Amino acid sequence: MGKFHLGSLLAAGAILAVGFSTQANAEGKHGMYANGEIRSGYTYLTPQSKAIQNDDFQNPGMIWVDDGATLYEAVDGKAGKSCKACHGKAEVAMKGVATTYPKYDEDTKKIKNIEAQVNRCRTKHMQAKPWKYESGQLLAMTVFIRHQSRGMPMNVSVDGPAVPFFQKGEKFYKQRRGALDMACSNCHIDNAGKNARANLLSQGQTNGFPTYRLKWQKVGSTHRRFRGCNKQVRATPYKYASDEYMNLELYVAWRGRGLPVETPAVRN
Amino acid sequence: MAKTKARVKVPKSIKKGEVFQVKTLISHKMETGQRKNKKTGKKISRMIINKLVCQYNGKEVFASDWHPAISANPYMAFYVKADASGSLDFTWTDDEGKSVKKSAKITVAG
Repeated sequence: MGKFHLGSLLAAGAILAVGFSTQANAEGKHGMYANGEIRSGYTYLTPQSKAIQNDDFQNPGMIWVDDGATLYEAVDGKAGKSCKACHGKAEVAMKGVATTYPKYDEDTKKIKNIEAQVNRCRTKHMQAKPWKYESGQLLAMTVFIRHQSRGMPMNVSVDGPAVPFFQKGEKFYKQRRGALDMACSNCHIDNAGKNARANLLSQGQTNGFPTYRLKWQKVGSTHRRFRGCNKQVRATPYKYASDEYMNLELYVAWRGRGLPVETPAVRN
Repeated sequence: MAKTKARVKVPKSIKKGEVFQVKTLISHKMETGQRKNKKTGKKISRMIINKLVCQYNGKEVFASDWHPAISANPYMAFYVKADASGSLDFTWTDDEGKSVKKSAKITVAG
């Protein structure tokens, strides 16, 4: 009788163990939001924040998409052109563009991101004033352009002329800085998935940027995020659109290779 | 982002007597009145939407008072019972007394 009880108890234990392991497997698979070990920031979100991103109506980032769509068709500058005048329909012309940015720029012999390219178009082809970095218009346009590639995998080029810039970006990422003497990699490679106080550290992927950050109560660019991170380790942040952050943006985009573009993502 | 934009979503067709979800989102800074201008040290005065009212064919079916803890770009969802075809009229009112209006068509089948 005693043996029988023990046996059934063990069986129950085995069932429990199986239950746990299948659950762990299910959690290990993040569907489209991961590429092997590379995980989007989405996978670190609470279910409540995920729900906001999942519903395009509820996602406040979509306001910027709408604004960007209006700006895309708005005529500006002395040349009397809009973005659409040269590029045509955004759904066609801008599809997949975001997956290749930031990229090497032949003209300046540097790395450029979408924001830089938008302003290049404005000054060169539209003969309009460039938008200020982190301004509502530039954010809206960047969100709108990146949104056209939503769901497509990030695939930046880090070979050829981009190599030295990629290496600089990687060096920046692994360089300790600030009064806390911490590198980007200390949080986002060494301790991703663990808590820094109440904050769950993610891998620091940029596939959802410009992202609607609940803390900011608006969308913000990768460079704003970089500045925030630099300030948190008490280092002096670099300027928006600085070469350092362009190189870093390239390196971080490469880290997230294969992740889907999620713009406008929702992050906490 | 100067212009306040409101968005409303209702189901395309509803049966009579059915309880359906209404989703609303409005772009707004929702300035709490607690923040200071970093350069001058002056308080930034409160500027929030403090009321959302929804009328169904002229009759008030939903109203809510909002306070400074409501986030920017507030999203509000609620349920309404379908009665007759017509319109849902939404009014958001801010601290200056200015209001933003938006309507949605309701089609009740059967």
